[in-house]
Amino acid sequence: MEVQKLLVTPSPHILAKTNTRNIMVGVCIALLPTLIASAVIFGWYVLLLCGVTVAACVGFEALYCLIMKKPIPVGDFSAVVTGIILAFNLPPAFPLWMAIIGAFISIVIVKQLFGGLGLNFANPALVGRMVLQLSFTGPMIAFTYPQSVAGVDALASATPLYVLQQGTVPLMDLLLGTHGGVLGETCAITLIVGGLFMIFTKIISPTIPVVYIGGVFVLKFLLGIGGGTAAAVAGMDALGSILAGGLLLGAFFMATDYTTSPYTRRGKIVYGIVLAILTVAIREWATMLEGVSYSLLLANLLVPYINGLTRQRPLGVKKGKKPAADGKGAK
Amino acid sequence: MLQKLRTMGKGAHVPHRKGTDELATVTMPLPPKVVMVMQQHIGAPCLPSVNKGDEVFVGTVVGKAQGFVGADIHSSVSGKVTGIEQVMMPGGALMDAVVIEPDGQQTIAPEITPPAVRDRESFLAAVRAAGLVGLGGAGFPTAVKLQPKDLDAIDTLLINAAECEPYITVDNREMLECGDTVLSGIMAVKKYLEIQKVYIGIERNKPAAMDLMFSLTKGDPDLEVVALPARYPQGAEKVLIETVTGREVPNTGLPADIGVLVLNVTTVSAIGKYLASGLPLMTKRLTVDGGAVVEPKNVEVPIGTPIENVIEFCGGFKTQPTKVLCGGPMMGFAMTDLSFPILKQNNAILALTAAETDISVDTPCIRCGRCIGACPVRLSPIEIAEAYDAKNIEMLGKLHAEVCMGCGVCSYVCPAKRLLAPKTTLARLLYLKEANK
Repeated sequence: MEVQKLLVTPSPHILAKTNTRNIMVGVCIALLPTLIASAVIFGWYVLLLCGVTVAACVGFEALYCLIMKKPIPVGDFSAVVTGIILAFNLPPAFPLWMAIIGAFISIVIVKQLFGGLGLNFANPALVGRMVLQLSFTGPMIAFTYPQSVAGVDALASATPLYVLQQGTVPLMDLLLGTHGGVLGETCAITLIVGGLFMIFTKIISPTIPVVYIGGVFVLKFLLGIGGGTAAAVAGMDALGSILAGGLLLGAFFMATDYTTSPYTRRGKIVYGIVLAILTVAIREWATMLEGVSYSLLLANLLVPYINGLTRQRPLGVKKGKKPAADGKGAK
Repeated sequence: MLQKLRTMGKGAHVPHRKGTDELATVTMPLPPKVVMVMQQHIGAPCLPSVNKGDEVFVGTVVGKAQGFVGADIHSSVSGKVTGIEQVMMPGGALMDAVVIEPDGQQTIAPEITPPAVRDRESFLAAVRAAGLVGLGGAGFPTAVKLQPKDLDAIDTLLINAAECEPYITVDNREMLECGDTVLSGIMAVKKYLEIQKVYIGIERNKPAAMDLMFSLTKGDPDLEVVALPARYPQGAEKVLIETVTGREVPNTGLPADIGVLVLNVTTVSAIGKYLASGLPLMTKRLTVDGGAVVEPKNVEVPIGTPIENVIEFCGGFKTQPTKVLCGGPMMGFAMTDLSFPILKQNNAILALTAAETDISVDTPCIRCGRCIGACPVRLSPIEIAEAYDAKNIEMLGKLHAEVCMGCGVCSYVCPAKRLLAPKTTLARLLYLKEANK
């Protein structure tokens, strides 16, 4: 057979199957159980809200790229992930037009103005949530109680973290998510299932969630003990504090965002510890009840420094030695 | 323990695709011409030592090594020199080549006799006369490798039989078919270089070869067969040394600096063969495979045979190949032209279909850190690529770009399909050039 043109490229000539799109779709799948749980707990409006944020995120990204004459990143699904996570950070009865503003902030301001995928300095959905929190504080803290919980005020502004300060929330409610909160943070079981799915499919490494959640547990426990509480009670309190609020959502789905988390295992451990300390400090001593989003934002800003300080030592390089000036012997 | 933690998860699980591992080697008939390229090793090119019209025999030196780092090139056929021509190397450089038309007699050169080896000096002279180079792919002259600055410091001989590249099964066949010369080669190196300990490192995906080596080395406590995890690039020299001995080759040094000598299993077997017969390196076993090849085979080929004749012997192409590679899919060269000849260090010809090969289309880096997590020498490929784009030499030094060995794992694992490996190689070359100024 006459050979036609041969393709010539540098090696390697085979590549792994994983691509950006697979990864992002995997994250969407991991988020799905929580979305379903949320719809069951808070009602169908949640699905509409999530659909609107996703559509707005994808639409804003396409529109921006069209106007800026950039290639439209159709199909990488990263805007879909941002949309779902943004919705997960909103109260269940949040007005749609405000959610669309949040999507604009996330995608256009935080992601695309800084260069698009991989170049944003902070998690887009997170900043979107914060801008909404500061702009529309009322609706953002209007935590509807689940319909299933009878006899409770439908607009009580109580989240488990608030209630925990007053008394206790049954552990079962925390696990099932039948309590107030933003729509994606309440159901601990589905968040953990989604997180484990991402770990087993190697989308994320377990380092950050384990260190972060473990760190919060240990710190809360120690603070409890230090405050004179019995070990068993302090343990239950600490357990409650990792199940309540946005910790699981933050640890599995937001702290592990590739762009805004460190590269190496060492860096990820440092990042997890920083997050745990900040979260507990804010929850304990600041005026805010919820510490996850602000700790994430602060830690996001530290990532470039953490990366610079936690590089792995290349094979054969002696610690503290200056780079070889002559490059001698290096083949 | 600490080393285990450091190397955990490094490298990549590339597909094996070693469909030829049970195919016994077949010898190919003589091609209509052989092209002996004057650069088949690392070091200065050889100079042609024959002229147009000369009669040559099997084993006649046709290219004379220039300087210490070099290896003679011997004719693989008997016949007539039809000319000294220029061929284009895969890198694009032009190189002299002695073209010989075989007479079909395969008359062996009269000067060929088994070498008389008595001591270290005569042993090293024999290895040099054999024209041997590292047959794993690198092509570093073996005689040079056996003469490190401080031979007394070498306490370990490491035989590299990892063969971690997909498709390739020639080292596997060497062990199964030439176990006796593998062993005699090892024993000769061990004896004349006075090395105490020998490890034979074999990836776990070659159980038959491993069993055979186990039984051949049984009873000698100095010889140890090591089962290696089947993880690319297990056969890369620095990675292999770290896995087997726990020692790290210094970034500015060579394996000899830490007392280790690494030889590819086919190379050491070639030493054994030369000591027995006096026939220099003139043929090479190749894995010819890939979806476009009619009949994949392990073929013994005279060095200098054009690729097209090797493909023809394997039944030709059944579909259009998208890429034809010399070497494996992770580090091999994509060829432009099938008239290029087989070199000493070649170990495979792969004709890949579009379905078997992947073409990278750069998408934005998502900073997942997979390239950093997988780099077997623990570099930061994405940061090196960015420093290279910015031509930031200081940063390249800080990131130790010089440690890169070009294994290709970073490109392989990248979900954004970025060209990290070629860029890191460019960065290494740029850094070494600037640092040497």
